[in-house]
Amino acid sequence: MPDMQTYWSTIAPAAPEMYLTAVICAILLIDVFAGGARRPRLTGTLTLLALAIGAWVAIEFGAVGERTVLFDGLYVADPLALVLKLSALLFVAVALLYSRPYMERRRIAGGEYYVLALTALLGIFVLASAANLLTLYIGVELLALSLYAMIAFDRESPVSAEAAIKYFVLGSIASGMLLYGISLVYGLTGTLALDEIAQRLTTEPSLGMVIGVAFVVVAIAFKFGAVPFHMWVPDVYHGAPTAVTLLISTAPKFAYFALAYRLLSQGLDGVSATWTQMIAVLAVLSLIVGNVFAIAQANLKRMLAYSAIANVGFILLGFTTGTTSGYQAALYYTIVYVLMTLGSFGVILLASRRDFEADQLDDYKGLHARDPMLALSMLMLMFSTAGVPPFVGFWAKLAIFEALWEAGSLWLVVIGALASVVGAFYYIRVVKLMYFDDAPAQPRGDAGRSLRFVLGLNAFAALALGVVPGALIDLCRSVLG
Amino acid sequence: MQGLGILSALVWLPIAGGIAVLALGDRRIAAARWLALIAAIATVALTIPLWIGFDRGTAEFQFVERLPWITAFNSWYHLGVDGISLPLIVLTAVMTVPVIIAGWKVIEARPAQYYAAFLIMAGLMIGVFAAIDGLLFYFFWEAMLIPMFLIIGVWGGPRRVYATFKFFLYTFLGSVLMLVALIYLYVQGGDYSLRALHELPLTLVEQRWIFLAFLAAFAVKVPMWPVHTWLPDAHVEAPTGGSVILAAIMLKMGGYGFLRFSLPITPDASRELDWLMIALSLIAVVYISLVALVQTDMKKLIAYSSIAHMGFVTLGAFIAWDIADSTGALRGAAMGLDGAMVQMVSHGLVSGAMFLCVGVMYDRVHSREISAYGGVINTMPKFAGFMVFFSMANAGVPGTSGFVGEFLVIIASFKANFWYAFLVATILILGAAYTLWLVKRVIYGPVANEHVARMPDLNRQELLVLGSLAALVLLLGVWPAPLLDVMHSSIHHLVEQMTTSKLPL
Repeated sequence: MPDMQTYWSTIAPAAPEMYLTAVICAILLIDVFAGGARRPRLTGTLTLLALAIGAWVAIEFGAVGERTVLFDGLYVADPLALVLKLSALLFVAVALLYSRPYMERRRIAGGEYYVLALTALLGIFVLASAANLLTLYIGVELLALSLYAMIAFDRESPVSAEAAIKYFVLGSIASGMLLYGISLVYGLTGTLALDEIAQRLTTEPSLGMVIGVAFVVVAIAFKFGAVPFHMWVPDVYHGAPTAVTLLISTAPKFAYFALAYRLLSQGLDGVSATWTQMIAVLAVLSLIVGNVFAIAQANLKRMLAYSAIANVGFILLGFTTGTTSGYQAALYYTIVYVLMTLGSFGVILLASRRDFEADQLDDYKGLHARDPMLALSMLMLMFSTAGVPPFVGFWAKLAIFEALWEAGSLWLVVIGALASVVGAFYYIRVVKLMYFDDAPAQPRGDAGRSLRFVLGLNAFAALALGVVPGALIDLCRSVLG
Repeated sequence: MQGLGILSALVWLPIAGGIAVLALGDRRIAAARWLALIAAIATVALTIPLWIGFDRGTAEFQFVERLPWITAFNSWYHLGVDGISLPLIVLTAVMTVPVIIAGWKVIEARPAQYYAAFLIMAGLMIGVFAAIDGLLFYFFWEAMLIPMFLIIGVWGGPRRVYATFKFFLYTFLGSVLMLVALIYLYVQGGDYSLRALHELPLTLVEQRWIFLAFLAAFAVKVPMWPVHTWLPDAHVEAPTGGSVILAAIMLKMGGYGFLRFSLPITPDASRELDWLMIALSLIAVVYISLVALVQTDMKKLIAYSSIAHMGFVTLGAFIAWDIADSTGALRGAAMGLDGAMVQMVSHGLVSGAMFLCVGVMYDRVHSREISAYGGVINTMPKFAGFMVFFSMANAGVPGTSGFVGEFLVIIASFKANFWYAFLVATILILGAAYTLWLVKRVIYGPVANEHVARMPDLNRQELLVLGSLAALVLLLGVWPAPLLDVMHSSIHHLVEQMTTSKLPL
């Protein structure tokens, strides 16, 4: 059937999404029909297997030499999309690995948990490859709806329910904002395709366009959790089961990066003067509020939530330049930040026990004495997040500063630098608790050996990528350029 | 030479040793201890071919290694030494050995981590002095904060947490501003290599800001008044080894930074702002000496004395233009820089030895208060001899290394301006006053209490450590020529760089 062949070759780059959709249906069905107590285990294993095969599918079909647009301009396959998808696959897989014992011990590890993680991943994929405003919106919603459900996964916990409702209500408002902004952009340019929008935005923006851009930026800020649209972040991070917090705080950041990049840098590039200023305000506020409020937290999850806000500030700083090197730095920062956050929440998961969440800062007092390996991993991750060499977090900040200097934004560099000093305080405070304080007698976390090995690798990656940072930086430069 | 060589070995050998010690752990501590000592001694041994093979006739970087590191930022794994960095590398390697020996019996909590931290730090510090790529320099410079943060925080005294946070945040703040300046230089010139940075033309406004950013980093490290307040806290709370490394090496990084970055990269701004540097240096010398006089804690006293002595370093580095203006010739300028360098090396040995002496007493009595001692000479005659000798060196008595550096700087400042010399020479009186008064109260007199009466004299390890340091101090005091020889060409090159304006004509 030659026709079939030709048709397939035109849609082949979208194979990762098709594969993932098929796998989601299959796993859902298997989960329903495979009975018995081992059901969640089986689903979990299948999901991890599916993710491994997914990586192969993504590389085999999604790796296109150059930008390819499919489905009448709805979908784009380019190197950026591939890198984002592979990163998301990897980080979701590790996140599921970390969270498995945690969920099982609390008996909340239904098969739906894994299916929801996969639909969230599909949302990330769609966003990463969106070439049209509607595709973008579908990706955003697919991701968000999966996450709402996951936050409320612990049905017995009122805190989780509260967090889910809060996220749902605020997320819906953000979706509304995004739709409204999209409608204005569509109304003024007459097209939904990002490429065409970019072509038609050559003149000075009208007032309507400025308002449309503002709404879009607000929606992006909501999703990222940038100040002043950050109110949901601490509550959701805190309220969700730690395993879900881990998932929310990591892979979706790639999706939001894609959202910001596709929408602003590709679609609305012609009016970049408008949105770079808005982003700059958001970035500076995030840096200040995130870092200062994080100091006051007594709960590690909340502290990391404010740290996330501050780090989003750094990612947005990359966007304020409106230059390619700025986007490259932002992409690098996103990957590095997600790697470190994954490890940090991994430590919380591994330090927890069946009846003990290990989410208070004081729970880490003297961790060094009872669990040296966990403490050393956390030490590396905290110094990395603080941006101290030889860890990779330093290079992420350096890349952002470099892009800002190239764009001549003196004040943003200085604010970023000072914010990172303030930030260093609360990261090294965690180290102080673990290493300098005496331990109250406590058993250690009950995670298995293989999981500890994964966490060790995760922390080691922060060191190795810090000592030899060239390859990852080059990768980020090559996919956006 | 382009590939890996002796400098890489110097950087990575102690780090690898540290990791191995960490892997051995507290359970096999005897083996870990010996391994740490062997690694430290091997590092010293590695500096011997460096010292012998060093060509004294050129200011070029030698033993150069250059491998691609981060192509995206055009940053290279680029190591090399010249006459300014070589003595400091040797000093670092040499001072790590006594630190390991000093902790031999004393450190009971987590000893493996203690040795590992010091070895890793030694590697990183050598990296700071050997890096001739700006970004690589910064990489080592910042990485060093982590082991020091842990050393003070884990093995320090009662207020260790406060002290180590203060230390970390102070130095981190200064360093970040330097990073901002470094990136700016890179964006302007497209190159992080030190030579390229030295040659990059800059306007006066640019130079001024860059100078101030560098100042933020280096002044905190030196430390200069008024950003010195972290040092007494850190010293007092740090374990003996930590104090030794802080005083002997880490403070030198600030001085090294001025010579390597501020002076050659921003010569015009340095010239314009030299009054500021001179004023701060003189304040450090005079005011901090007075502060040292009233201390009741031995470590605090030596810490303040360190700040005063480092004032000589910054003064020696920044009086060059005043000398040129008042004598009309540049020849004197090199003398100030020579003095600064000798002072750094000498202070590294002497202050390290002083802290070791305090450590010896602290291990026996567990007090740093001067009033807790008295008449130590009666129970520890050998120790008293060393303590008096090092105190003399600290006070700058001729025949010790302390004299050479101070003398050179004082002579140089005479050439610049009588009043500089007048003020800076007060250290001859004040330094003698606080050091000798310390000796008088601690060492001499009748045995003050039963703690002192029960103090055993030096054991073999302590004798070995203090004895070899004393020999070095004496050697450098009576025969400083080899050291001056090594520095000669590089100092002259530096004077040229300082006096060649980067401004467009």
